[in-house]
Formats: sequence, C-alpha cells, structure tokens
Amino acid sequence: MKSSRFDSTVLTFCFAFLYLPIVILVVYSFNASKLVTVWGGFSLQWYRSLWSNESLMDAAWVTARVGVLSASIGTVLGTLAALTLVRFPRFPGRIPFTGMIYAPLVMPEVITGLSMLLLFVALDVDRGFWTVTIAHTTFTMCYVAIIVQSRLLTFDRSLEEAAMDLGCPPVKTFFKITLPLILPAIVSGWMLAFTLSLDDLVIASFTTGPGATTLPIKIYSQVRLGVTPEINAVCTLLIGLVTIGVIIASITTKRNEARRIRDEHAAIRGVL
Amino acid sequence: MAKSLGPVKRKFSPWTDPSATPFIRFENITKRYGDFTAVDNLTLDIYEREFFSLLGPSGCGKTTLMRMLAGFEEPTSGRILLQGKDLSGVPPYRRPTNMMFQSYALFPHMTVEKNIAFGLEQDGLAKPEIKARVEEMLKLVKLEPFAKRKPAQLSGGQRQRVALARSLAKRPKVLLLDEPLGALDRKLREETQFELMDIQHTLGLTFLIVTHDQEEAMTVSDRIAVMDKGVVVQVAAPAEIYEGPNCRYVAEFIGDINILDCAVTENAGVCVHPGHPPLVRLESDGMKIAVEQECPASNGAKVAFAIRPEKVRISLDPPVETDVNTAHGEVWDIGYLGDFSVFLVRLDDGRILRAAQANVSRLVDRPITFGDMVWLTWPLDGGLVLTR
Repeated sequence: MKSSRFDSTVLTFCFAFLYLPIVILVVYSFNASKLVTVWGGFSLQWYRSLWSNESLMDAAWVTARVGVLSASIGTVLGTLAALTLVRFPRFPGRIPFTGMIYAPLVMPEVITGLSMLLLFVALDVDRGFWTVTIAHTTFTMCYVAIIVQSRLLTFDRSLEEAAMDLGCPPVKTFFKITLPLILPAIVSGWMLAFTLSLDDLVIASFTTGPGATTLPIKIYSQVRLGVTPEINAVCTLLIGLVTIGVIIASITTKRNEARRIRDEHAAIRGVL
Repeated sequence: MAKSLGPVKRKFSPWTDPSATPFIRFENITKRYGDFTAVDNLTLDIYEREFFSLLGPSGCGKTTLMRMLAGFEEPTSGRILLQGKDLSGVPPYRRPTNMMFQSYALFPHMTVEKNIAFGLEQDGLAKPEIKARVEEMLKLVKLEPFAKRKPAQLSGGQRQRVALARSLAKRPKVLLLDEPLGALDRKLREETQFELMDIQHTLGLTFLIVTHDQEEAMTVSDRIAVMDKGVVVQVAAPAEIYEGPNCRYVAEFIGDINILDCAVTENAGVCVHPGHPPLVRLESDGMKIAVEQECPASNGAKVAFAIRPEKVRISLDPPVETDVNTAHGEVWDIGYLGDFSVFLVRLDDGRILRAAQANVSRLVDRPITFGDMVWLTWPLDGGLVLTR
C-alpha cells in the first residue's frame, strides 16, 4: 500500500510538472478578464477577437503554407537522400554526404539560421516567404531522411527483385512496389517535418522578411509586449490541433494492429 | 484415399546424347566480389525440360550462379547462353526466366490474385486473358478459395504456393527456385517436392533449383551439380552421385559414408569375374580391402576407400574362409531410425565403422546389441576407391 501511494504521488507530480502550464494556458484562454492572471469568468471573446485579428490570422496562414510546402519538398528530398544512403552503399563522397545529411540534426538552430541568413544576404535574395520555406526544407529534410532510411533498412530487397524478375522495369517497380510499402514512413516523415516547421522560431526569425511573419514569430513578438489572452487562445487552438493529430495517429495504429491480428487468425484458420 | 501421382516419370537423359544442344550454358563464368571469388571459371550445361539442382553448402556460389542467370548479378567474366543467345547485358525484366524466391517475396500490399497477375500485367496482356491465366494458376496450386486474401492472411505453405504460381504464371522458359522448400516443415516439404516434379512434368518447363538439402535434390532432380567453393565438383544423376561420387567431398556431402585411408597394393587390371571391372587391392592399417573398379591409381598410391553403411553387413558369426573385406569390432552405439538401424562399430584397432541394417521384422529386441562383438563384411562392388 505504502509503495502504491508513493507511486501515485510521483505520477501526480510528474503530470503536474508536464501539464500544469498547459492547463493554465488553456483555462486562461477562456478568461473573461483582460488581465491574464485574474480569473473573470468564462468567455469565448478572445477566440472571437482572434478571428478578427488580421495580423495573427495572416501569420497562421503563412505558417500553414510554409509548413505544407517545406514539409512536402523536404519529404521528397529526404526520401531521395534516404534511398541514396541505403541503396548505394559505395559511391565517392558517401561518408561526407551521410555526415552532411545528419548535421542539421545536431547543429544549433541559431547557427543554421545565421548561416542561412548569411547565404541569402550574400546571394542578395529578398527575404520573405520563400527564404523561410527553403530554410525549413533544409532542416526538416534530414528528419525525413532518417525516418525513411530506417524503414528502407528493413525493406526486403527481394520484393523489388521479384517485380523486376516478373518484367517490371526499375522505375515502375519503385512506384508500384517500393513506394506503396514505404509510404507510411514517408507520411510520418512529412508529419514530423510539418510539425517542426510549425514550431520553429529561431530559423524562421533569421530568414524571414517583411510580410512573411510566421505564427511563432508573431506570438513571440506579442508576448514581449505582454501576454494577452488572445495568445492563449491561439496556443489553445494549436494544442487542440496537435492533440487531434495524435489521437488520429494512435487510432490508426490500433486499427492496423487489430487487422494484423485478424490476418494472423485467418492464416491459422487457413492451415486447418 | 488414392492420390493421383501424375504420369509415370519418363526416362530422360539428353546429357548422354552428344548431338543434343544445351538449353542453358554457363560458359567459363567467374564472379568476384572484391577479393572473394564466389564462382570460379565454371562451365555447365543444362538441357531443356530438365529438373536441375545446384547443391552445396552455403557460400559455395550456387545462389550467385542462379542470380546471374536471373540477371540480378553480372558475371565478372564468361557468358551465359540461353538457347544459344548471349544474355550479357540483358536486364532481369527482359529475361525469359522467372524466379521463386527463398523468402517468397510476395507483394504484401496485393492480394493473392494481384500477385499472380503482376507479371502478366507487365506483359500488357488483355484483362480477360490475365483473369483466365490467374484462375488456371490458382487451380494448379489449389488455392482458388484464397484469391482475395493478402499474403499476411496465408500460412507458410500457402505462401509458398502463391510464390510458385506467380513465378509460373508467365510460363517462363526456365523457372529458378531458390531454396523453395526451406521454410516448410518436413511433411509438407515432401509433399511439395512431388508436386513440384508433377508441375514441372505437366508444364514441360526447365527447372533450376538451388538447395543445400541433399535429400531434396536427390528426390526432385534429373541431374545434380554438387558445388564447392565456386566450382562444380560433380554433375550427375542422383543415383550416380550417391553410388559413384568422384571425390571425398561429394561422398561425404551426399548421404552417410565410411571413409578409410588406404594404400594401393595391387592394381594390375585383372578381372576376376568376367564382365566386371578389374580388381583393385588396398590395404588400410592391416585391413585388406578388394574393390572391383576401374581405377587409375598405381601401386603404393595413397587413396581413400569409401563405403556406405547400408552396404556393410553386420553379423555375430565370423565370415567363412576369407580375410578380405572384413573387420571385427564391438558395437559401440546403435542409432534406431525406424526403417533402419545404424550400428557404430569400434574396430579392434580403434577405428569406427558404420553399418546400417534394414529393420525388416518388427522386433523390439534386436539380436545384435550394445557391446556385442561383431563381424563386418562387404562385397567387392560395395565400396569405392577415391583418388581425390
């Protein structure tokens, strides 16, 4: 009994540590009072005013566009990089290539951001939507590469050989056999890339320009002027979005698991 | 229930006909991976409609050889001819061969039906034709009720059949089978071996099978090539390989065998029995051995005498009036295999010889048992002199 009480205390403490700040943020987003730390009754007014806050909505729209675009480009490039790394064990410059793919993972964001900025300045590119997208593509691509690479490492090459043996040329084999089978990894790579882009403040603030303020930059700059309940509302919406995503992902996983078990039972019945 | 065995296996030996042209010819094939030579200057002919086995331990180059025929690997030197046409540079998807993979390599995202249809779709066949062919294949491997299932919903044996159906669907000129039955349990494996032979016979195709299982190779093949370290050691029909191995390696790889180091004492080319090969006399640590065999070894040459356990007779009584082809010892161990019992006999000089006896009567207490002093004898044509 004693140990179980200890367990539940620790658990409560951990959860409080993790989620109390978030709970406070969510609760105060429904606060009627304009003062962030004083509860003034339930209200949805901040959500309404959020809707009419054009600069915030613009920032959200920019973030969504940057996220989708950079995640998509990053996924294509990352998948290609993963294919190269797994399928061509020997080519000149493989080791530096591998290192350079992984470098952004361990590189401090400030340095990535700064070097991007220097590059854009040197090239005399106007900073804005496209520069942020490019910067996000570069740093999300390596995450995709890692996820897809780990899937490819367990991919049975004889499937591709079988397809070719049956008369399917290599490119067609990739689209008919390889791609459908590694698609789950590519999709999760895309989702991770999108989330990373959505979340990024540092690199975006280095590479953005006028007219391309992303949501994290917007929130950050507003918070510096004082936390408004509107920001709480935005954050609550973001949390809601992420939660829904996680729930969908876990339901899909569970359903796949159930199907796998059903398949196995069917296979056993087939033997009898 | 009587089971149809298909037509009686015909006598088939095109390799003995010097005018027959080989269907597949491996010509001085060498394959190197860096410093490692997987296949070493190998030449081999395979004939049309033949069921040919490449047999050897893992790493002997048999799979590499098959993969070169399928087009997944290119030989470092030499060439492969199919019906006289050089296959060099022809990619796998343009070769008239199909392969059944060891892992089966079924496409997990397609149903059984789609898997079988895959190759036919690549050929651009018309829909109804594909449908008819898929049905025919499903019937051939008795999987009609499983057409709509995914590979994950099948048992190992069923997957093996789908893989077979898929590789046969395009009616390849040559079907390559890479350890096709390795993943099946013994009973199913035996059944499938006979089915494979039946299918090969019915469709009249050339089958090339890679296996490390000598029993499997013996059962299904018209001819076997025994491989070791990238070279073919012996190519012959199963019975010939078993009864007349051309070296110690083949003798020891196929089946069970006793091998004794000997020296030739007399090889004068004298026939004792008219019509039989000449007599060769050997001596092995005082044991006198005589064999009827054509043998190039001269007097004093170091050779090996090899004899299968089932050709050694075991008896409690001494042999009459002879000291040749006989040995005396104590029963050291008995392996009861059901149909056969194998006796490990420790000879008076400490060497071990194995003798096998068919258990013809249903006796539980055998007359010969542990610790008995026994006599071993064998006929003049029972063993073999191996010169290498």
